[in-house]
Amino acid sequence: MPAAEPFCPTCKAVQPPGQADHFVRLGFDRIYDLDPKTVETRYFELQRRLHPDRFAMKSPKERALSQAQATSLNEAYETLMDPLARAVYLLRLSGIETGGDGRTIDDPALLMEAMEMREALAEAQAPAAVDAVVGRARAEAETCRARLSRDFAAADLAAAKKDTLRLTYLDKLIEDARARRLNVA
Amino acid sequence: MTLLQLHEPGETPLPHEGDQELAVGIDLGTTNSVVAMSTSGKPEVLRDAEGRGLVPSVVAYASEGPVVGVEAQARLVDAPDSVVSSVKRLMGRGAADVKALAGTLPYKLDAAEGGMVRLLVGDKRLTPVEISAEILRAVKAQAEHHLGREVTRAVVTVPAYFDDAARLATKDAAKLAGLEVLRLVNEPTAAALAYGLDKEAEGVYAVYDLGGGTFDISILRLEKGVFQVLSTGGDAALGGDDFDHAIAEHWLADRQGELGREPITAGEVKQTLKSARAAKEALTTRAAGDFPVMLRGKTTLHRLTRETLDTLIRPWIDKTIRIARQVIDDARLDLAEIKGVVLVGGSTRVPQVRHAVEGLFGTKPLADIDPDEVVALGAALQAEALTVGSDTLLLDVLPLSLGLETMGGLTEKVIDRNTPIPVAKAQEFTTYQDGQGAMLIHVVQGEREAVADCRSLARFVLAGIPPMVAGAARIRVTFQVDADGLLTVSASEKTTGVEQRVEVKPSYGLSEDEMARMLEESMIHARTDMERRLLVENRVEARRVLLALEAALAADAGLLDAGEGDRIEEARRRLGAAIEGEDRDLIKAAVERLEEAARPFAERRMDRAIRAGLAGHSIDEFKGDPGGCLAPDPEDKS
Repeated sequence: MPAAEPFCPTCKAVQPPGQADHFVRLGFDRIYDLDPKTVETRYFELQRRLHPDRFAMKSPKERALSQAQATSLNEAYETLMDPLARAVYLLRLSGIETGGDGRTIDDPALLMEAMEMREALAEAQAPAAVDAVVGRARAEAETCRARLSRDFAAADLAAAKKDTLRLTYLDKLIEDARARRLNVA
Repeated sequence: MTLLQLHEPGETPLPHEGDQELAVGIDLGTTNSVVAMSTSGKPEVLRDAEGRGLVPSVVAYASEGPVVGVEAQARLVDAPDSVVSSVKRLMGRGAADVKALAGTLPYKLDAAEGGMVRLLVGDKRLTPVEISAEILRAVKAQAEHHLGREVTRAVVTVPAYFDDAARLATKDAAKLAGLEVLRLVNEPTAAALAYGLDKEAEGVYAVYDLGGGTFDISILRLEKGVFQVLSTGGDAALGGDDFDHAIAEHWLADRQGELGREPITAGEVKQTLKSARAAKEALTTRAAGDFPVMLRGKTTLHRLTRETLDTLIRPWIDKTIRIARQVIDDARLDLAEIKGVVLVGGSTRVPQVRHAVEGLFGTKPLADIDPDEVVALGAALQAEALTVGSDTLLLDVLPLSLGLETMGGLTEKVIDRNTPIPVAKAQEFTTYQDGQGAMLIHVVQGEREAVADCRSLARFVLAGIPPMVAGAARIRVTFQVDADGLLTVSASEKTTGVEQRVEVKPSYGLSEDEMARMLEESMIHARTDMERRLLVENRVEARRVLLALEAALAADAGLLDAGEGDRIEEARRRLGAAIEGEDRDLIKAAVERLEEAARPFAERRMDRAIRAGLAGHSIDEFKGDPGGCLAPDPEDKS
C-alpha cells in the first residue's frame, strides 16, 4: 500500500487520511522491533503539522480533514507504541485474529499458569503480596516480548500467536493487579 | 461610500482586517473568571477600569437586567434569591443528577424531570448555560473595553475532568455570548503553558489545581515543544467552597441552640459563608483570628485558629492527595519520576494545601504566577498560538471513558480514558431477538461497571433494522471525539447494506430550538450590553475629568475668579450626581457643562504656562489639551 501523503504536493492543502496501515502512516516497515523513541518522534512531527489546532483559522473542510488525519495518527501511535497492540495488529495484517469475544485459551500450559496466578492475586491481602504477583507477571511479560521479537523475526506466526495470547493475559493480570493493589492499600 | 468614519469617543470601531487575528483566553471559573490576551508570546490579564483582573463568577438578575461580578456580589446581602454563584458546578448536569445535591446548593432548582437542570432565580427559569453566558458576556465586554475593539474569538478553559456534557455546555455558553471557541483547553494544561514549561523544560510535571469548586490534577509530559497530557483526574465538586462550608458549619454548630425550629435563611447562610471565606483567606498569613457571624440579627465573634482550620479542611485535602496518587498511577509513573508540580487555583494559597502537595511530591511547588490568573494567561498564549501560529502543540487525552449500555445494565467501554484525542472507535453489536426492528443505544461516560454509576450522555433509537434472526444484524456504533473532547456518535446497520446514521446530542445539552431562542434573546441582550458598556465608558471618562479638575484646583486655586469657584463646584456636584445615575446622555451633558464652567480657569492656566515657557522654560513641560484636559499630564515632570 503506498504511503498516504498528508498534504497535496501541488496546493499544500491537507488531504484525507486514506487507508494506509499504521506502519506506513508513521513511515515504518511492517516489523515487530520498533524503537519507541523513533515512533514517538515521527508521531510528534506529523501531529505538529496535522493536528486540528494548526487549522483553527482554516475552512471547515480543512478542519474536518485535519481531525481525520490526527485521529488516524493517534490510532497508529497507540497501536505501534504498545508491544501487545503491535503484535495483535501485525498478526491481523497477516490474517490471524487473536482478539474478539468468546475467545478461549486452547493452550493447556497457559491455562494452568493463568489460573495459578489469578488465585495468587485473589489471595493477596497486602500490597506487598500483590507486588510479588505483579513482579512475577512483569518478568514473564518481559520474556514474552523478547520471544515475540524472535517469533516475528523468524516469521513464525504460529509461535507469535501463542506468545501474543500469553502477553494479552499477562497484561490483563498486571492491570487487574493495579486495581487490586488500590483496594488492599 | 464612506471615506471617513467618525466614532463617538469610546465606541468600538467596526472590526477591520487586522482584527481577524484577535483572540483572547478566558478562564471561566467557579468563583472568578479572568480574561487575558497575548501579544508576541507575552500574555497579559485584561483588567477593568479599577485595575481588577478577577471578575467574580456571580450573576444577579436585577429588575434592570443581569449584573455580573463585584456588582452582583454586592447584591448577595439584599436580594440573595436573585443572585447565582458557583453555577459552573451545574454545567452539563441533568435535573436528575442534581437531585441528590438539592438543599446543599445555594439556589433553587426547578423540579421538572429530564433534560438540563434549570435554576429558579427570581421569576426566571434559567439554565446554567444561560447564566454562564452572562459571565462570558461580561468578560468579553471587559476585554473589548480594555482593547478598544471587538472580540469574537476565544480559547476557553475547562477542568480536565469535565465530561462531554459539561464541555458542550461551556461551548454553548460561549456561543450565546457571541464568542467563537477556537479550542477548549484543559485548565492544568493552560497553567503549564503559562509557566512556559513547553519551552524550557523536558520531563514530567504535575499540575495541582484546587479552585473554588473543582479539583484537578494532571500529569503532563513535555518534550520538544509537545505537550502531552498523560493522565488526568479530579473531582468536579471539591474545592475551596468546601473549606468555606466546613468553617461555616463549625461556627453554626456553636450557635445551634439559638436557631430553634426556624430554619436558617438563605441570606444568613450566604453571610456566614462570606465570613468563613474571609477567615480562610486571613489565616493564610495569620495564625488565628476572630470572625463575625450574624444570625437572627445578632452578631457574634468566633475564633478560628490555623490548627482548627487544618482539622476542618483535612478530609478534602486528603482526598486531593488520594486522587493525585491515583492519577500518577494511571500514567504508569512513580512519584520520583515527576520533576515538578505547578500550583493553580486560589485555594492553593492555603498553607496546609501547599504543605500537603510539597509532602507528596517532595519538591517545592511552582507558584510564582498568581494562581488565580495563571490559567487565563495560558489560555491567552494558546489563543495566540491558534491564530498567529506556534511551535507548541497540545496533545490532549479523553478525561473519562466512553461506553455503551449492554444487556443487564452493564457498561461496555468503547474508548478508554486517557486515550489521545481526537479519536474514533467503532464497536459492533447485534440484536438479541428474532425480528428485532429497533435497538436502544445508550451512551454513557465514566469508569464504573454499572451503567447506573456512570454519567448518561445520550439515548437514541436505531430504528429500521430489517427483520433477521437474533444475532444476525451487525450494528456498528462509531464514537468520534474531537480535539476539544466533544463526542459525536453515529450508528449503522451493515448486513443489508442499508446504512442508517443517527447523530446524537447529549441529553443534557440544549436542543436546537432552545439554542435558537437563546441566541435570539442574546441579540436583544447585545443591545443592552452595548448600552451598558457605553454607560460604563462615559462614567470612566467623567471620573477622569473630575480627577483632572481636582488636581488642577489643588495646584492653582489662586487663579480662580470671584464666584468662579462656586460655579465650578456646582457643575462638579451635578456631574457627581449624574455618574451615580444610569443616564449616559446626562453624564455627557454634565461633563460638557463642567468643562464649560472651568474653561476660563483652564485658559488662565494655559496662559500662565505659555508665559512661563517664554520666560525660558520649554513648552513641553506644560503640555496639556486645551480643549478638555484641565490637569497637567501625570507623566509631566514639571
